Amino acid sequence: MRYVCLIYFDPRKVFDQSPEAMAVLADTAPHDAELEARGHLIMGQALTMPTEAMTVQVRDGKMSATDGPFMESKEMLGGFLLIEARDLNEAVRIASEIPFARVGFIEVRPIVDYSKPRPTF
Amino acid sequence: MTAAPAHDALETAYRTDARRVLATLTRLLGSLDAAEEALHDAFFAAAEQWPRDGVPANRYAWLVSVGRFKTISRWRRQARLDSALPRIVALSEPAWQPESPELIEDDELRLIFICCHPLLPPDMRVALTLREVGGLTTEEIARAYMVPSPTIGQRIVRAKAKIRDNALPYEIPSRDDLPARLDSALHVIYLIFNEGYAATDGPTLTRADLCTEAIRLGRVMVTLLEEPEALGLLAMMLLHHARCETRVNSSGDLVLLEDQDRSQWDRTQIAEAKGLIEQAFATRRIGSYVLQAAISAVHADAQSVDQTDWPQIVSLYDVLCRADPSPVVALNRAAAVGMRDGPAAGLAAAEAVLEQGGLDDYHPAHVVRADLLRRLGRGEAAQESYRRALVLTRQPAERRFLEARLRQLGASIVE
Repeated sequence: MRYVCLIYFDPRKVFDQSPEAMAVLADTAPHDAELEARGHLIMGQALTMPTEAMTVQVRDGKMSATDGPFMESKEMLGGFLLIEARDLNEAVRIASEIPFARVGFIEVRPIVDYSKPRPTF
Repeated sequence: MTAAPAHDALETAYRTDARRVLATLTRLLGSLDAAEEALHDAFFAAAEQWPRDGVPANRYAWLVSVGRFKTISRWRRQARLDSALPRIVALSEPAWQPESPELIEDDELRLIFICCHPLLPPDMRVALTLREVGGLTTEEIARAYMVPSPTIGQRIVRAKAKIRDNALPYEIPSRDDLPARLDSALHVIYLIFNEGYAATDGPTLTRADLCTEAIRLGRVMVTLLEEPEALGLLAMMLLHHARCETRVNSSGDLVLLEDQDRSQWDRTQIAEAKGLIEQAFATRRIGSYVLQAAISAVHADAQSVDQTDWPQIVSLYDVLCRADPSPVVALNRAAAVGMRDGPAAGLAAAEAVLEQGGLDDYHPAHVVRADLLRRLGRGEAAQESYRRALVLTRQPAERRFLEARLRQLGASIVE
């Protein structure tokens, strides 16, 4: 099964030049390479700061766009990994080894299986 | 070697060897998580190498040795990157040699015992056993238990943390510890079987798998430990499983024991179970599972409800009440008394149990009482008990059965 690991962190903690943060940043590339070599990593990307982003929506046929996502918390979405895992617990174990888990947190989201009914509200 | 046979061999290996490979890797690497990673690495390497180099003669040994080797080289790499990893100390042990078949089977038993450790709450034991020993995914377990996947996911994460934090040893319990540890493991197998057996709705396929897996686990226990209660549990599961097909009709309604087509009961499973019961009785150490199995075996032998040896069943319940004094057992005994001595005697026995309390929210208790009242011709009191049972169960087939009973008694169904 496929899962997305959404990586959230507080940029002030990741880019503060502390030894802990520097170690996380240094470990990331080798860790990705290892995950790929072991057949778990399908793709992954780091994202730029939210100040470089725009948010767009269409209502009544009219498009509006604003600067960046509104930061409701200190943590921002900083990147993601699309992984292959046997089940949710394997995905969680893989997520726990992502270096950013040591400074931020990782949301593990299963990819939608279209053979299952859609949720209803 | 072409790709197709290698691919088949890989699928076979995954189906038949993965559990044993995981069990051995857990012993060699000292951690469930590390063993799971190593299992993945071993199969990933097999997918790459078997089509190219051919399928190894001993797949199990190949997978164990590759999984172990890959893990050790990964730990070495990490130790170079990371500042200090205590695990590195364990790496200098001598090279692994293929194990004797006995030791391999013992590994699976070790895995069952650690997943069923009494320090873990029962719901954690069940989830962990199904995933680690049964090879089910978190999502499959969640579907079978009709709970969200993260609920099962949490149980497994917490159970593993408990095992790690308490440094629970990966071993077959010593003779002194065995009774308590065995109870805990058998209870988990029983819970898994019951979950699969009790439900007649929901995703039936997964639920039938729970029964099959529980029976497989029961067989592992019996093969490796000649304990009477393990024999009893396996016998009991086989006897229930033997009549599985006749419990529900084609429209999904419950069929009572008295109405089941006994010619459809699986005689092979019944015969096997009876052999196991004899074996257990011969040890002269009789426990609750053996007695429950013996009661089921009396039913299995009878041509019909009327021709059932009810005196024998009541006396087995008498012994069971002493071995396992619980209100549920006492209630089942009362129902059997109702068959042996008639509904009035049964009702008196049932009322005595109900007065002890503790069964107010247990819907089968109200069904037993209702049935005895119905047989005594006390329609209104029977209706009241069926209604109480109906309030307490959400299971569709069970509800249809209770509603049918109420209609037979001329009641209108209003909730």
